[in-house]
Amino acid sequence: MTALGILLVLVLLLVVFGLLFRLQILTSIFSGSSNREIGTSNRVNAILFLVFLVVGGAAFAWSFADSFEAMNPPIASVHGHALERMFWTTMVILGIAFVLTQVLLFVYSYKYQYREGRRAFFFAHNNKIEIIWTLIPAVVMAALVFAGWKEWTRITGPAPKDSVVIEVMGKQFGWLARYPGRDQKLGVVNYRLIDASNDFGLDLSDQSSLDDITFSSGDLHIPKGHPIMFKIRSRDVLHAVYMPHFRVQMYAVPGMPTKFWFTPTLTTEEMRAKTGNPDFNYEMACNQICGKGHFAMKMRVIVEEPEDYIAWLSQQKSFSSQNPEILANLKQKARNQKTVGAALPAAGPAATAAVQTATPASL
Amino acid sequence: MAANIPTNAQAQGGIGVSVPHTEHDEHLHHDEHHEQSFISKYVFSTDHKVIAKQFLITGIFWAILGGTLSSLFRLQLGWPESTLEWLTPVLGKWVEAGKLNPEFYLALVTMHGTIMVFFVLTAGLSGTFSNFLIPLQIGARDMASGFMNMLSYWFFFVSSVIMFSSLFIETGPASAGWTIYPPLSALPQAISGSGAGMTLWLVSMALFIVSQLLGGVNYITTIINLRTRGMSMSKLPLTIWSFFLTAVLGLLAFPVLFSAALLLIFDRSFGTSFFLSDIYIAGQALPNTGGSPILFQHLFWFLGHPEVYIVIMPAMGMVSEIMATNARKPIFGYRAMIGSLLGISLLSFVVWAHHMFVTGMNPFLGSVFMFLTLIIAVPSAVKTFNWLATLWRGNIRFTTGMLFSIGFVSLFISGGLTGIVLGNAALDIQMHNTYFVVAHFHLVMGSSAFFGLFAGVYHWFPKMFGRMMDEKLGYIHFWLTFLGVYLVFLPMHYVGIAGFPRRYYSWTGFDTFSQFADLNKFISVAAILAFFAQFVFIFNFFYSIFRGRRATENPWQSNTLEWTTPIVPGHGNWPGAIPAVYRWPYDYSKPGAETDFIPQNVPFSQTQSSNMPYEREMAD
Repeated sequence: MTALGILLVLVLLLVVFGLLFRLQILTSIFSGSSNREIGTSNRVNAILFLVFLVVGGAAFAWSFADSFEAMNPPIASVHGHALERMFWTTMVILGIAFVLTQVLLFVYSYKYQYREGRRAFFFAHNNKIEIIWTLIPAVVMAALVFAGWKEWTRITGPAPKDSVVIEVMGKQFGWLARYPGRDQKLGVVNYRLIDASNDFGLDLSDQSSLDDITFSSGDLHIPKGHPIMFKIRSRDVLHAVYMPHFRVQMYAVPGMPTKFWFTPTLTTEEMRAKTGNPDFNYEMACNQICGKGHFAMKMRVIVEEPEDYIAWLSQQKSFSSQNPEILANLKQKARNQKTVGAALPAAGPAATAAVQTATPASL
Repeated sequence: MAANIPTNAQAQGGIGVSVPHTEHDEHLHHDEHHEQSFISKYVFSTDHKVIAKQFLITGIFWAILGGTLSSLFRLQLGWPESTLEWLTPVLGKWVEAGKLNPEFYLALVTMHGTIMVFFVLTAGLSGTFSNFLIPLQIGARDMASGFMNMLSYWFFFVSSVIMFSSLFIETGPASAGWTIYPPLSALPQAISGSGAGMTLWLVSMALFIVSQLLGGVNYITTIINLRTRGMSMSKLPLTIWSFFLTAVLGLLAFPVLFSAALLLIFDRSFGTSFFLSDIYIAGQALPNTGGSPILFQHLFWFLGHPEVYIVIMPAMGMVSEIMATNARKPIFGYRAMIGSLLGISLLSFVVWAHHMFVTGMNPFLGSVFMFLTLIIAVPSAVKTFNWLATLWRGNIRFTTGMLFSIGFVSLFISGGLTGIVLGNAALDIQMHNTYFVVAHFHLVMGSSAFFGLFAGVYHWFPKMFGRMMDEKLGYIHFWLTFLGVYLVFLPMHYVGIAGFPRRYYSWTGFDTFSQFADLNKFISVAAILAFFAQFVFIFNFFYSIFRGRRATENPWQSNTLEWTTPIVPGHGNWPGAIPAVYRWPYDYSKPGAETDFIPQNVPFSQTQSSNMPYEREMAD
């Protein structure tokens, strides 16, 4: 019934509009304005352009100022601050160009609206100004490119040797993390070994994989003030590690490991105090369309003081110690194949021991 | 005046290809009176003007559909918590318990992008105006091959039918984003839209590319070979230059997309591993190794980036033309305009990887592409300054076409500037795939190109249908749209700067992306209102075809050749001889001239009073 009512209202509205349209045509025919080449509407449009410039410009300025804080979430990485400065410097330069060109566009539109008897100025070209306004953007661009290039090479350059290496892996739909353990080496993985219990496809026949600590869910812990090197993988489709607070983004590509390093500057606690939000948390999102759950692919990131981080890490158990049956199977297989246990020294207990003091020397 | 000019041999040669037995132009005149069946006149027509209208009307259909899809997902983004139960009659099973299915949401954004970029702004815009204006403005009877031209439309039509039908299949249409990055687009296990929907997408695109190539070859051949006497390349209207370069871009870039699509079809159906490697999905490790998903992105963007210029360049050309006509001034820096089009065309082939800064591509490559990308801002800036200089000290008539042209420049500036942020690899780390990107390209290539399209339709409607569109409705349409576009896309930058990722069904799961719920609602309202404003145009368009005020021969007092044809030109365009061309198309408000415009076909000998010193010798 309401639907019918709405439909009826719509139809009536359309009829009204139709009649108004017809009336408008008839009046313009009777008033003769339809025969005049340039009527009052020319002036109205010219004024509207000016109004658009003034009112629109003011509304833009107001809304920008109003949203400024919301569009600037706090930054918590060293390169993030540099990027932030560069972003707003660029925006100021662009803002000047924006205001200048838009003002000229609308002011010219208003000022040079049609006037009877006036003739436009025949002005086909002028090499001098054309060269000038080719060179100015070229110089500005060169400066921006140079600044961007310097920052880009620094960010993507080699990570410091003492970086904390963590592997982040994307899957539909969640993030997984792996810490290298005491040996500071991420063990060999093979995607064919992935199954319900072995999310990473960790190959335990590799020595260095025995002390690897894996997380299939939960939070990602990283220490403050230390370069962190993410080694990024995907095991199914494309994903992208995206952590806006740290200005970190890198695709996770199946078959092609990628990396990104950064240095967090504020712990989660410090950030909570700074933002006055006791529930604040850093988050890692996926920023490359990956399927149905793309929008919900999230991992919480906890930044801690280095000593808290070490304390936390030493509590964690290695994958091999948590999944003794995989190791046992492997040993069984090795024994069956009579390939001698040389490849597998009594790794289980050793690995566990290793994690007890799992502290990268650098910390 | 035109009738006195001897027929030109070149143009006749052209007719020989498309219209048989035209030894003399007189015959052609009689041809018009031959009874043509409805089918050969309006359906399988070889007349470039009819084909142009076919492209336009198909494009309008697609634009309505593409806009509807965007309204649907804006509903979801604006009101993520509310029920969409009332859409069940239309969307059926894609609404589950009042909620939009997240995969269908992705299908909506995918199809919106595909439809708008390819079917509306490539086929609808350049297909319409390249077809319509090239023969008319260069003084040719028709395209070099009318038959190929017809094929071009019908390939597009079949491609459209296939793409449209994919909306209705069980597993849903393609939903891996309009960029269809594998492995998501290659594996039906990954998303249901990558099943039959993706197959139809690929088949449709393959046919679409064939259509583009048939059209492009024709446009280039026609422009090079069938120009009328006197129409040297340096006397071409900027529209023709832009269509010419657009066709060249399409011809060089589309085959690469074809190869990408083909390889993807191989990966999907024949077990190859071009783009697939080391994948464990749906509880199963796939046998594919050694492929690279990044390779696909290189192939895709090798088309994808020139594609945005394929979309925007025809609009630039038309805006230049319309702006000069209505400012009653020569376009400022005609040669610089051509030069910047050439520069953009060249550079557009060497900037593609700026879409891939954070894909794990070698950072050195990133540096190279950042450098090349920011260079492309220079010709774009030159064009903008030239448009501004064209308005300066003009005598502007605000026809609807002119309003949209001014709107085009405004949007092109607003959207183009933020490209300088995104072209900077370092800044792109944060901005990549956020709403900042969405806002940027919707302004600079989406809305601007649409404004170019509207400007073109309003301006050349009298030549297309012999009637005028209603000006008042045009004004209403312009102001609502102009306002709407800014209300949608300016605030969208704020959302992007805050880091909101695109292609998110909802942001409510993240604290980081929670602060802009109101702004998103606002954007949705503005977007839906702006969409509804387009129906003013649709009404105006179809009403005016039948009931619009009758047009005069040259309603805008323009200089280009199309306005020397009869009000409704028949097949062959000029009943008599094709006029010859003596001057460039921008002799507006020339000092000493009687009128404020001198059409291209007026010889210098008839305009002694206004000839420039260097033109005097040409007058003899």
